Amino acid sequence: MIRIQINSEDRQIPEGTSMAQLIRMLDLGDRRIAVEVNEELVPRSTFEGHLLTDKDRVEIIQAIGGG
Amino acid sequence: MSGNTKDTFNVGGQDYHSRLLVGTGKYKDLEETRLAIEASGAEIVTIAIRRTNIGQNRNEPNILEVLPPERYTILPNTAGCYDVDTAVRTCRLARELLDGHNLVKLEVLGDERTLFPDTIATLKAAEILVKDGFDVMVYTSDDPIIARELEQIGCVAVMPLAAPIGSGLGIRNKLNLLTIVENAGVPILVDAGVGTASDASVAMELGCDGVLMNTAIAAAKDPILMASAMRKAVEAGREAYLAGRMPAKRFASASSPVDGLFF
Repeated sequence: MIRIQINSEDRQIPEGTSMAQLIRMLDLGDRRIAVEVNEELVPRSTFEGHLLTDKDRVEIIQAIGGG
Repeated sequence: MSGNTKDTFNVGGQDYHSRLLVGTGKYKDLEETRLAIEASGAEIVTIAIRRTNIGQNRNEPNILEVLPPERYTILPNTAGCYDVDTAVRTCRLARELLDGHNLVKLEVLGDERTLFPDTIATLKAAEILVKDGFDVMVYTSDDPIIARELEQIGCVAVMPLAAPIGSGLGIRNKLNLLTIVENAGVPILVDAGVGTASDASVAMELGCDGVLMNTAIAAAKDPILMASAMRKAVEAGREAYLAGRMPAKRFASASSPVDGLFF
């Protein structure tokens, strides 16, 4: 297992988990979201090949109402 | 608007008929948001970028379901950003979220009490974003020099505040706005500070290309009715600007002819 943070929450996930797998694990597969890891954007097109590593800080964002 | 169908303004390579741009924050619920935005006639609507709740509110509807990007031009903002780095990251996330859509509203705030823009950081962020291919509509102070610099950097629209965000104080410095409008080669939109319909008309009468507002509609007792009022106020102000107002005079000038009086 590796330890990562998702939106500042600690999580343990299996080593070798891809971003695509993580998004499915979180049940966000059908949501309009965008993701960064360690403050760098991770394009959706690269989710399958992007493997998470220990201590990664993942941010998952969406649109909300705002002015 | 008969005869005015050609009166459009262009931003980011697209023509818009409505000169009222609206935010989507502070509404009671998404249905009120939808109805108010519909009543406003706005074609460009702002959204904010925030963390997704992980494992909660699974069925909570999303703002983009209520305001589909096929119908509205979505303008993601960088509200809540107090430095260059977070503003730039927010824009990149927004572009990814909206499938490569490049139009963003940049705001880099300088102070929590006033929410005045940090214009120095705003200039730096604008430069990075323009180089990165964004069409930047930029929130700024009513300082004509900063407005000019932001235009020179390549922002597609400059959006000076009328008064602090959410204050409803109306237009505090008409002359500065007028100077910004007169100097500008890109659309100038008043962003923030409008309180009621007459404020929006004044902004348009000064020659602004549009007005962006959120709280003036969302915090009205009847937001949907206020959205409709704002739509008319922006149209009225625009038509008055195009019509060219009469000169103001100190003394009276009779409206009825003096010739032909029978007494």
